[in-house]
Amino acid sequence: MRFMLLFSRQGKLRLQKWYTATAERDKKKMVRELMQVVLARKPKMCSFLEWRDLKIVYKRYASLYFCCAVEEQDNELITLEVIHRFVELLDKYFGSVCELDIIFNFEKAYFILDEFLMGGEIQDTSKKSVLKAIEQADLLQEVSVLEPHLASLVSNFKDVNKLTTVVVLTVL
Amino acid sequence: MALKIVKGSIDRMFDKNLQDLVRGIRNHKEDEAKYISTCIDEIKQELKQDNIAVKANAVCKLTYLQMLGYDVSWAAFNIVEVMSSSKFTYKRIGYLAASQCFHESTDVIMLTTNQIRKDLSSPNQYDTGVALTGLSCFVTPDLARDLANDIMTLMSHTKPYIRKKAVLIMYKVFLKYPESLRPAFPRLKEKLEDPDPGVQSAAVNVICELARRNPKNYLSLAPLFFKLMTSSTNNWVLIKIIKLFGALTPLEPRLCHSTSQMSFLFFLSPWLSPSSLSTSNSTSAMSLLYECVNTVILCVQKLRILIEDSDQNLKYLGLLAMSKILKTHPKSVQSHKDLILQCLDDKDESIRLRALDLLYGMVSKKNLMEIVKKLMLHVDKAEGTTYRDELLTKIIDICSQSNYQYITNFEWYISILVELTRLEGTRHGHLIASQMLDVAIRVKAIREFAVAQMATLLDNAHLLTGNTQRNGICEVLYAAAWICGEFSEHLENPMQTLEAMLRPKVATLPGHIQAVYVQNAAKLFATVLRSQEGNTDRTAAQETSQLMIDRLPLFVQSANLEVQERASCILQLVKYIQKLQQKDVEVAEEVNALFAGELNPVAPKAQKKVPVPEGLDLDAWINEPPSESESEDEKPRTMFTREETKHSRPRHTEVDEKELAKRREVRKQEQASNPFYIKSSPSSQKVYQEAPGVDHIPVVQIDLSVPLKVPGLPMSDQYVKLEEERRQKDRADKKKKEKKKRKEKGGRRGKRDSGPESEEDITPAHMVDIVTEEIPLADSEKLPVRSHRSSEALKTMAEEVEVVAPQEAKKKGGKEKKEKKKDKEKDRKVSNGLVNSPSVCYSLRLSHIHQTISDAPTCSLASPPPFRQVCDIQGNLQDGSQVVVSLIFENKCDSFLKAMEFNVLDSLNSRLQRPDGAGPHDGLTVPFQLPPGVSNEARFVFTVKSIVMPQKLKGTLAFIVKNEDSSTHEKLDFKLHFTCTSYLITTPCYSDAFAKLLESGDLKASSVKLEGVVMPFPHLLARICFHHHFSVVERIDSCASMYSRSIQGHHVCLLVKTVSITVSIDAKCDEPSLLSNVLDEIKLTFSQC
Repeated sequence: MRFMLLFSRQGKLRLQKWYTATAERDKKKMVRELMQVVLARKPKMCSFLEWRDLKIVYKRYASLYFCCAVEEQDNELITLEVIHRFVELLDKYFGSVCELDIIFNFEKAYFILDEFLMGGEIQDTSKKSVLKAIEQADLLQEVSVLEPHLASLVSNFKDVNKLTTVVVLTVL
Repeated sequence: MALKIVKGSIDRMFDKNLQDLVRGIRNHKEDEAKYISTCIDEIKQELKQDNIAVKANAVCKLTYLQMLGYDVSWAAFNIVEVMSSSKFTYKRIGYLAASQCFHESTDVIMLTTNQIRKDLSSPNQYDTGVALTGLSCFVTPDLARDLANDIMTLMSHTKPYIRKKAVLIMYKVFLKYPESLRPAFPRLKEKLEDPDPGVQSAAVNVICELARRNPKNYLSLAPLFFKLMTSSTNNWVLIKIIKLFGALTPLEPRLCHSTSQMSFLFFLSPWLSPSSLSTSNSTSAMSLLYECVNTVILCVQKLRILIEDSDQNLKYLGLLAMSKILKTHPKSVQSHKDLILQCLDDKDESIRLRALDLLYGMVSKKNLMEIVKKLMLHVDKAEGTTYRDELLTKIIDICSQSNYQYITNFEWYISILVELTRLEGTRHGHLIASQMLDVAIRVKAIREFAVAQMATLLDNAHLLTGNTQRNGICEVLYAAAWICGEFSEHLENPMQTLEAMLRPKVATLPGHIQAVYVQNAAKLFATVLRSQEGNTDRTAAQETSQLMIDRLPLFVQSANLEVQERASCILQLVKYIQKLQQKDVEVAEEVNALFAGELNPVAPKAQKKVPVPEGLDLDAWINEPPSESESEDEKPRTMFTREETKHSRPRHTEVDEKELAKRREVRKQEQASNPFYIKSSPSSQKVYQEAPGVDHIPVVQIDLSVPLKVPGLPMSDQYVKLEEERRQKDRADKKKKEKKKRKEKGGRRGKRDSGPESEEDITPAHMVDIVTEEIPLADSEKLPVRSHRSSEALKTMAEEVEVVAPQEAKKKGGKEKKEKKKDKEKDRKVSNGLVNSPSVCYSLRLSHIHQTISDAPTCSLASPPPFRQVCDIQGNLQDGSQVVVSLIFENKCDSFLKAMEFNVLDSLNSRLQRPDGAGPHDGLTVPFQLPPGVSNEARFVFTVKSIVMPQKLKGTLAFIVKNEDSSTHEKLDFKLHFTCTSYLITTPCYSDAFAKLLESGDLKASSVKLEGVVMPFPHLLARICFHHHFSVVERIDSCASMYSRSIQGHHVCLLVKTVSITVSIDAKCDEPSLLSNVLDEIKLTFSQC
C-alpha cells in the first residue's frame, strides 16, 4: 500500500499516512486531486479507480471517505477488507466511532493505524491483538504522565491504575 | 501543596491542548489561516520552554497542523527532542510527529540514530514498538545500514508483538540497504514457521514482496509455501501466498497447475467463509477444483458470475479480470459479448470504460457491425462529453484496428464516420477526418461513395460549424474538402460542391481548413471546366470562372498566410484562364493537367526497396549544419520569418499589397498601346539609373543545392510565375529544413512530419477487403501520400535518367513530351503541397533531375561504354564568377567502378575549384563508387572570369573498373561546354521595370531570324524559357517579351515575334558579345528541331 487517506465529504483531510517517502508538495497535490476524483463519484459506483499508475480503493463510512492507494498487482478486495478492518478497530476503540472522534483524537487514530498496518503491510489480522496492544500502550502513557507527581503524593496507594483513572477523571 | 504542583503542571500542559486547537480552528472558519498563524506563534513559544510536556503538546499540535497542509519542517529538531524523552507518552507523540513529517531529506534524521537504537533495545516492548513503527515511515539508507543488526536481533525477540514488527520493518530495511538481505534471510525464513500467526503472516508478507521483485531466488521456498497454503486458514495470508506463486510460475512450469488452482481459490475467496475454504483445502476437494480451474473457459464463466453480480465492485473486478484473460484467450471471452454490451448501460463510468476496453478485443468480422451499432446507440444517449469522446475514439479504434481487418464493407464505415460527425462538441474531429482521408485514399472502390458523402457534408457544413471555434468537429470538413477535390471526377454535381466550398461562411473556419478549401476549390474548378467545355455552350464555363473570381477575393483577404497565399495564387490563375476563355481558347485540359496524376497507396516497405545510391551518405550534412537556434524551431511560422529576413521584406502582407499595386500597374500597361514599343527618352534613363527600376526586379536567389528553373509554362503568365517562384522558394527553404530534420533524426528514412498530421507507413489497401500486410499498422494510420510521393519521385527519376542518351538531341519529340510531363509533375506538387508539405522535398529532387536532363544537349557528352555522363552547367548567382556543374554518372557496364577522379584542364578564363593545397593539375576525387547500373550525381564548381563567351573545357575522368577477377584503370575524355546560356539565371521581371530597362537606352540591340520553326508559339516560348533560362514578361498573341539576367548582372531582353513559320527575335543586352552568343545558342536550339 502506498498511502491511506481519510477525508470528509466536504473535502477536509482527517488522516493521512504515507508509506513511501513523498515530497510535501507532491503529497498535497495528490491529496487534492484524489479528493476531487473520489468525491465526484456517485454512491452506486464501484469502489475502485485507476489513477495515475495506482489503483485507488475507497469506501465511504457515514461522512468519512477511507481511501487507499495500492499498486497494480495488489488485490482490490483485500484492500477493501483492510479499510473495513480499520473502521472496525476504530469503532471498537472509540465505541461507535464518529468523525469528531477522529478529529479530536487524531493521534489515537494514528496509533491504531500504526498497530494495524506497518510500512503499508498488514501487521496483525487479529482485531483482538491490535486492540490489546493499543490499550496497553495507552495505559503506559497515562501512567508515565502522572507517575512522577503521584509517586511522592500517594505512596501508600498500591493500585496505581485505579488512581490514575480517578485523577484523570477529576482533571477532565 | 503537592497536589497543587500536579494540578499546575497539568494545567500548563492543557494550556491549549490539541482539543482546544481543533475546536479553535473549527470556530474560526472565516479566518482560519489567521487563527492558525497565531497558534503557530504560540507553539513556537511553547517549544522554547524547557518543560518536555509543553513541548510534546506543541509537537502534537504541529502534527495536526501538518495534516492540514501547513509546513512544520522548521520544528524538526523539536520533534527529535520529544522523541528522545524518556517517557512513553512524549516519545509516542514524538515518533508520531516524526513519522508524519520526516522524509529522507530531513537532515535531523542523522541525529536520531542513537536514540532509535536505544529505544529498540528498551526493556519496554511499547517503546520498541513505537520506535519500529516510526522507523518504518522515515527509514533512510543510513539508518537502515546502522540499525539493520539491531532489527535483526529483534526478529528473535521473545515477544511476538516485537517480532512481527521487526519482520515487517525488515522489508523496508532491505529496500534501503539491500546488503542486509543476505545475513537476515535465514532468520526471515525461520519466521515463516513462527508459532504466532501474526509473525507468520508478516513473514509471508515480506517474502512475497521480495519475491515480486526477484522471483528467482525464492523458488526454493515453494514447498514451504505450499505447506503453509494448505494449512493456513487466514485469507490474508492465502492471498499473499497465491501472489507469490503467481510470481514464481513463469520460472517453474510445474507450479503452474497449483497456481491456477490457487488462483481459483483466490477468485472465490471473497465468498468463501474461512471454514469452507479450509475444508476445500485440506480434503480431496482440491483435485476437483484442480479439474475445474484447468480450463480457462470455466474461469471465464466464473467471471461471468462476478460480472452479473449486483455488487458494483465485483462487476468491475470481473471485467478487469476478463480483459486479462482476453489477451491470451480471446475466443473464450467473445462468447460473453452480450454481457459486456449490457455493462455499457451501467451507471458507473468506470465499469462502462472497462467494458469498452473489452469490446476492443472482442470484435470479429461477423460481429463488428453489430457491436458498433450498439456503441452508436450509446453515443446518442451518452451524457457528458468525456464519455462520449471516449466512445467515439473506441469506435474508431475498434474499426480501424489491425489495418481495418474486421471491416467488410467500407460504405458502412464511411457512413458511420459521417454519422459521428453529428456529435456536438467532440474534441476528436481530426480523428474522424484522418479516418475519412485514410479510407478514401486507400480503398479505391469506395471513393465514389465517399465523395458523394463528403459532398453532402460540405453542402451541410453549416450544421457542423454551428457554434464554431471550440467545435472540434469542423476538422471533418478538412477531410471532406480534400476528398471532394482530389477525387472530384466522382462527383455527381461538382458545380454544386464548388459553390458550397466557396460560401462566405467558409471564412469563419480555422485557417488550415480554409486553405484546403481554397486548394480543392481549384481542383474542383478544373473538373467543372472540363465537363463544361465539352458542351457547346461556352458561357457556362465562363460563369464558373466568374464564380471563382467573385468568391476568391474573400480568401485573399484572409489573415491566415496559407489561405491568403493559395487564394491569391489561384485567383490569378483563374483570371488568366478567364482571359483565355474569352478568346475561345480551350483551357480545360491544361487546367486539369495542374492536378493530374493519381494518388496510390504505397506499401510500407516500398521505400526500403529503393536502394540508396552508392556513396550517398544520408546522414552527412549537405550544407553546413545550421546554428542551434535555427534547427530548433521548424514551425511554418519561423519559415516565413526567415524568408522575410532573407528578402529583407518587412512584412509578408505588405509584400502582397505591393504586389497588388504592381499588378494594377501591369494591367494599366496592358491597356496602353504597344508595350513592346521601345522608346528611348533621355529623361527616363536617369530614372532607370536611380529609381528602384532595376532593384525593383525581384531577383530570386535559388540556392545552389536546389537548382530549380521554371520553364515558361505555356499557360502561366507572369503572376502565376511570381507566385510559383515564391512558392518554390518556400519549398527550397522547406526542403532545407526537411533535410536538416532528416539528418537530425539520423535515419535514412527519418520520418517527416511538419504538417498537423503525423506520418505513418501505410500498407496498400486496394480493395474493399484489404490485403493485410504482415506488419499490422499502428492505430493512428495516416495518409499514404508521402511515401507515395517519394517512391513515385524516385521512379520517375530512374525512368527519366534512363531516357537520357547521347542521341537525345535527335529525339526532340520525345523531349517535348517529357517537358510537359515535368510541368505536370510540378504543378502536381503545388496542388499537393497542402496535403503534405514533405512532398516538397521530392519535387525539388525531381525538378532537379529534369533540369539535368533538359540541359543535356548543351554539353558535349563523351559516352562510350562503360560510362555515361549527363551534365548541367549552372551559374551561381550568389557569386558572379562561379559556375556549378552537376554531373550524373551512370555505370552502364557490368563491372564495379571505383576510385573515380575528375580533372579538367583549366583555361585562362575558367578553372576548376580545387580544395586548398591541391595543385592546378590535380584531379578531384568523385565521392562515390558506382555499382553496375547505378547512377549518381556529383557537383563541381568552376571559377569563370568572363562570361560573355562560350567555351569548352577538356577534361578526363580516370577510374578503376573492377571485375570479379581483375581490375583495370580506365580513362574517359570529355569536353565541358560552357554555353552563355548557362550563365543566365531565370529571373522574373515586371513589365513596368522591363519597359524602363528598355527605355534606359544603355542596352545594345541585336536580332536574329529563325526560319521554319513549326511549333505553337507557347511551346516556342517554353523552349526558350526552358533551355535558355528566360522568363516571359508579357505575351500578347504571337509576340512576347522575355527577360533574363546573367550571373554577373547583365540584363538580357528579348522580343519574340512569330509570323507563320518565321520567328524573329529582337534582343537587347548591355553586353553585345554575350547577347550574340546567346542568340546563336537559341538559334542552335531551334535548328535542332
